[in-house]
Amino acid sequence: MANRILINFAHPRFESSVANQVMVSAIKDLEGITFNDLYEEYPDYLIDVKKEQELLLSHDIIVFQHPLYWYSAPSLLKEWQDLVLEAGFAYGDKGYLLENKYWLNAVTVGGTYESYSEQGYNQFPLEVSMKPFEQTATFCGMKYLKPFAVYDVFRISKEKMIDAAESYRKHIIGLQNHLDLVTGSYT
Amino acid sequence: MDTESVLFKALIFLAAAVVGVPVAKRLGLGSVLGYLIAGVLIGPFALGWVGKDVGDIMHFAEFGVVMMLFLVGLELEPKKLWRMRMPILGLGGLQVLFTGLIISSVAYLCGVHWQGALTIGMVLALSSTAIVLQTLTEKGLMRTDAGKSSFAVLLFQDIAVIPMLALMPLLAVAPIIDIADEHSTNQLQGWQQTLAVIGSIGAIIVAGRFLIQPVFNLIARTGLREIFIATSLLLVIGITLGMQWVGLSPALGAFMAGVVLADSEYRHELEVGLDPFKSLLLGLFFITVGASINLDILIEDTQTILWLVLALILVKVVVLFALAKFFKMPLIENLIFTFALAQGGEFAFVLFSFASQNGVLADEMIATLTVVVALTMALTPLLMIFSEKVLQPLFDKQELEKDFDEIDDGETPVIVAGYGRFGQIVSRLLRSQGFQTTLLEYDAVQIDLVRKFGTKAFYGDVTNIDLLKAAGAKTAKILVLSVDNTDKAILVTELCRKHFPELKIYARAKGRREAYEIKKAGAHFVMRETLGSALLLGREALVDLGFRKFQAQRAAQTFLHYDSKHMDELTDLWGDEKQYILAATEKAELLEAVLKSDIQDRAEMQDHAWDSDLRKESQNTNHEH
Repeated sequence: MANRILINFAHPRFESSVANQVMVSAIKDLEGITFNDLYEEYPDYLIDVKKEQELLLSHDIIVFQHPLYWYSAPSLLKEWQDLVLEAGFAYGDKGYLLENKYWLNAVTVGGTYESYSEQGYNQFPLEVSMKPFEQTATFCGMKYLKPFAVYDVFRISKEKMIDAAESYRKHIIGLQNHLDLVTGSYT
Repeated sequence: MDTESVLFKALIFLAAAVVGVPVAKRLGLGSVLGYLIAGVLIGPFALGWVGKDVGDIMHFAEFGVVMMLFLVGLELEPKKLWRMRMPILGLGGLQVLFTGLIISSVAYLCGVHWQGALTIGMVLALSSTAIVLQTLTEKGLMRTDAGKSSFAVLLFQDIAVIPMLALMPLLAVAPIIDIADEHSTNQLQGWQQTLAVIGSIGAIIVAGRFLIQPVFNLIARTGLREIFIATSLLLVIGITLGMQWVGLSPALGAFMAGVVLADSEYRHELEVGLDPFKSLLLGLFFITVGASINLDILIEDTQTILWLVLALILVKVVVLFALAKFFKMPLIENLIFTFALAQGGEFAFVLFSFASQNGVLADEMIATLTVVVALTMALTPLLMIFSEKVLQPLFDKQELEKDFDEIDDGETPVIVAGYGRFGQIVSRLLRSQGFQTTLLEYDAVQIDLVRKFGTKAFYGDVTNIDLLKAAGAKTAKILVLSVDNTDKAILVTELCRKHFPELKIYARAKGRREAYEIKKAGAHFVMRETLGSALLLGREALVDLGFRKFQAQRAAQTFLHYDSKHMDELTDLWGDEKQYILAATEKAELLEAVLKSDIQDRAEMQDHAWDSDLRKESQNTNHEH
């Protein structure tokens, strides 16, 4: 059976982000995935914690699709983490209910691949910049997958953007059908 | 010139109205009194410009009353009417019963035979639908408690005319002289009468539903406005004649037809089309009432007539006041209600002439009583002015002294003054968060209603300092001032600032203008009642127009933020109209600019704000410099 994938999407300016519009339309209609548009769901930041937790429980792989803002997530997704991944659910007594589920960040990044290096002005490779996500997943007993990133989204051509979206789509389909949840390897 | 021609008469009537009404209005007397006085002046007993046939004209003008009830019916859907059944039957029924009984007894004690006494009692128990509704509408009181109750009583009276007409022949003492009269030819047996009544009511309902609507559909499709109006007139006239034929009150029939058509899509067109006719005919009717006041009899027997006028008004006032009190109407509303209905009605003219034909009453007595009724009608606008300007301010103060529920809520941090639609939401929110609220409300009906849902609100006028004290204004932290009357809100604010300086006032305001005034009176926080809901609705509309929800939310929030800020900044300018309008226009333009630039900024931000390379470039440029 295919793995159940939840995509928690967060973009406060989705209406004017070409990159994310292309990315979203590439995966939104995939069969068997749940697309959860957080800014559309909670424009007033009033997150329904119970509902979000139930969504997590009924999926195997949680994808966080968002632009990388200040080496982190848009504020609503941060709010989501603060409230939904609470003690007694994601960790702590009677917690760890997300244990062994997979966590993937799918990010759009303004800088180039080269800028995310010791020589670049972003100083650290992307995986290092995004360590807080990794540690959050690990803390909750979840398995952290290597981020899927599209770099330089403001400059690349429309064709390249579409290519990137297509490979994002393939990436998700791969997770859906070929990731062995027990071993973490592709079949 | 032919003074009997229709055009000449029209000239006289119209001139009287055009001169009389604006003058009366100017003097603050209202249009009804203007018409009545104009009528007296041109009538056969003063200048004599209109002849003795004024009775016929009045008969014709009574059609205005029929139209008025048709239009009233249009405003009243069956559901609303059903909700009014208690006041109609209770208040209306008891008013007719008690007033009728008292007047009958008095007449009997004065030596009238019992049949005549009963007739006089019944007829004089009625009030004037035309004068009361016109005056209340003009004063903008139709939507108040007093207005609604007055309407309920008038409606019952219109219904009561039917059995009265049926009863009259049975009370005859003299042999019926004019057997070939128009009324008598169609006189039906008792059971036939009942059948006719039920049949015609049914016919109106069925025809209204299934016949009139399609006909109007057809007519509307011709696109000829005058034909639509002609059809409307045809409808009302048809009902009038039909009702007369079966011996029912045409006004009642028209009212029912109106109710049946109240949810029809042509309601507004009917209203607009018929309204001018109604107004003109009513005016004509009032003029004829004035003209028919028989000044000869009045001069001949001044004392008797004045005593009778006084007695009739007094009996009505006492009964109406007591009933309203019994039905827990607040004192001020009670006064409006009582003095509005304290007169004889136009039905009296019809019923008296009917009584005369049936030989129930002697002609001289009828002549006297007709003058009495006309005089009480003419006095109504004056009585209402008297009540409004003299009595109400007097009792207003007295009412404040006492007359509120004992409050046993204990100390609560919040007092909610005005537990209507607005106060309920505030109170429920606060209570859901564990803050107890003491609820004050001025409308007894509302208190009963919320009590059914298990909420206890206390009766009393919040402008009464003693009530506020009893509610714990000294110890409470916040007064939620959610009354919808701005004058009251200002008064309460001033009172509280003076007597309870610690108490914070959170006030509801109708609009911007009212918000400034309440704020100036000293309220700590003022919120315009429509602002929040209008913004929420606007937000949803933006979403439907294709906005992301977060984007719409931000637009609404931005609007709220700047609008509130500008409102605060403009508070000091309020009062200086020129300055205010200037500044307000400027602020409105600013707000629009802010909202627009927010959208543009955000679009541009997408291109650059998170563009780290841009940052690098600017850094480099900095290095170069």
